[in-house]
Amino acid sequence: MALPAVAFFGIFALIPLIGVVVISFMEWNVLGSPEWVGLTNWEAVLFDRPFTWTALGLTVTFVIGSYLFQAPVALLLGVFMAGQQRYRALLAVLYFLPLLFSSVAVGLTFQSLFSPNYGLSAALPFEWLPNDWLANSDLVMWVMIFVVGWCFVPFHGLLYQAGVRQIPQSMYEAATIDGAGRLRQFFSITLPQLRYTIITSSTLMLVGSLTYFDLIYVLTGGQPADAVRILPLDMYVTGFASYNLGYASVIAVILVAIGLTLSLLLNVLSGSSKMDSDKAGA
Amino acid sequence: MMTHTTSSEPVTPDAKSDRAITPETAGADRGNIKQNKVRRTGAPGEKLNILGGLGGWIWLAVIILPIYYIVITSFRTSEDLRANNQLLPSTNPTIAPFIKVLQNDFLHYFTNSVIVTLATVAVVLSASVMAAYYITRSTTLGGKRLFQIILLGIAIPVQATIIPVYYLIQQLGLYDTLWALILPQIAFAIPLSVLIIVNFVRDIPAELFESMKVDGAGEWRILTSLVLPMAKPALMTVGIYQALQVWNSFLFPLVLTQSSEVRVLPLSLWEYSGQFGIDVPATLAAVVLSALPLLVAYIFARRHIVAGLTAGFGK
Repeated sequence: MALPAVAFFGIFALIPLIGVVVISFMEWNVLGSPEWVGLTNWEAVLFDRPFTWTALGLTVTFVIGSYLFQAPVALLLGVFMAGQQRYRALLAVLYFLPLLFSSVAVGLTFQSLFSPNYGLSAALPFEWLPNDWLANSDLVMWVMIFVVGWCFVPFHGLLYQAGVRQIPQSMYEAATIDGAGRLRQFFSITLPQLRYTIITSSTLMLVGSLTYFDLIYVLTGGQPADAVRILPLDMYVTGFASYNLGYASVIAVILVAIGLTLSLLLNVLSGSSKMDSDKAGA
Repeated sequence: MMTHTTSSEPVTPDAKSDRAITPETAGADRGNIKQNKVRRTGAPGEKLNILGGLGGWIWLAVIILPIYYIVITSFRTSEDLRANNQLLPSTNPTIAPFIKVLQNDFLHYFTNSVIVTLATVAVVLSASVMAAYYITRSTTLGGKRLFQIILLGIAIPVQATIIPVYYLIQQLGLYDTLWALILPQIAFAIPLSVLIIVNFVRDIPAELFESMKVDGAGEWRILTSLVLPMAKPALMTVGIYQALQVWNSFLFPLVLTQSSEVRVLPLSLWEYSGQFGIDVPATLAAVVLSALPLLVAYIFARRHIVAGLTAGFGK
């Protein structure tokens, strides 16, 4: 019964996961066959290639920046959408729209909006508005964080909305009787009750942006300036543009390692906090 | 202090003022929409509510502006785009950009996307429901182990395994075929799908399985006439979620296909933008056309799609 699932999963997901570790010890330039070279790739990528560390730094900036932008907006949006007012329900329908566009569609849209010749800067009469959004190496990282946020905030907003709706109304009623104001209720009821949602959403956000590739590739036209060449993109360019698949596999293994560590860490966190909230609920 | 427009139930003054301070409490009687028209002045939460509302409208603008921009731009010529204000609709709207896209094999790419999506989702659903049935009914250690390994798969990032997948597809002689897109995407969709369906199948009472067995039903009968009908809502959510993922996926086609014969929609957008160059309206018309099927689906099945998207994460 389980055979088809096991076969597909084993051949095309599990074996590649092991395969990427194996290829990281091989030299392979796409055309020939891979050849065993031991630790050569690892040494080269970690010690003789300063850009690896630059890319890691950029990845950290991207992941943290994305989180600081997406998490608060998604949380507030979720709380907002969970309200009962009719216009909020209508807004929620519209908030969902970015989820219907593929990352390429979003990338091309913003590429055009940020174009110096016919984008926002040309249309709006503000002199101070920069017109080289995507070419300016100081700006481009923030533009990426914004655009990626544009795509993913709606999804996380939905998660929070569902989370808020599960909070028992009686808690708010009791707090109101005790004279707690809105702000107090938000920090003493809503936030603690959302703990589990916060962990789930945070895991998806952090691991998601760690391995994020599509939009950044499209927005930079596939020729990323080094200012946004985060690890997943660095892996792709090294592997499929420079045809050094051994190096690229090393980068991929580093990504998997960071990603798994991060998920495990957050999982441990969620395990303990879930127990706490279970107790609080009882 | 405040005026209820109407209230279908008699409320004590105390309850009334409670409601006024926290309109969220209106959720206690959700059916009563009029409850939400409560006007408040000077209540402690008032300022916060206004701030929240303002934030809500600002975010709406952030969401809508780019979508508005691609729609109006796709109805003008490239000269028009450069000569006039880009944020105002053209005074000479034209459908030429759409015609150009349709004349450049859009329907062919669209068909490829449909084939890949349907094939992937069909196999994912059948394989996952079978695996979920095995896992829930299995009393051996093997079943548990299997579930744990499959769960681990949720954490495997697709991006990081693309190089071995590329190698594998090449060795199998499937490079640049639709199979190259279908097979790996099935594999990566299975873990989450199995998880969601298992959670659902577990809720089927054990007595139902027992009584069917007593009646002499085999595994297949039980699967098709008990598990499948009962797990239908889960299959629906999983199907929608995976269909969206596959429909919009970019990295697999980018790495595993090359020729225009097997090009799928997201990759076609990427190629169009290179091919059309400065004809930005044509590129954006392709963007609009590519999102259209999902938009139509969203209009007709919004609830299912929203549920499908957050499936497995919402709990």
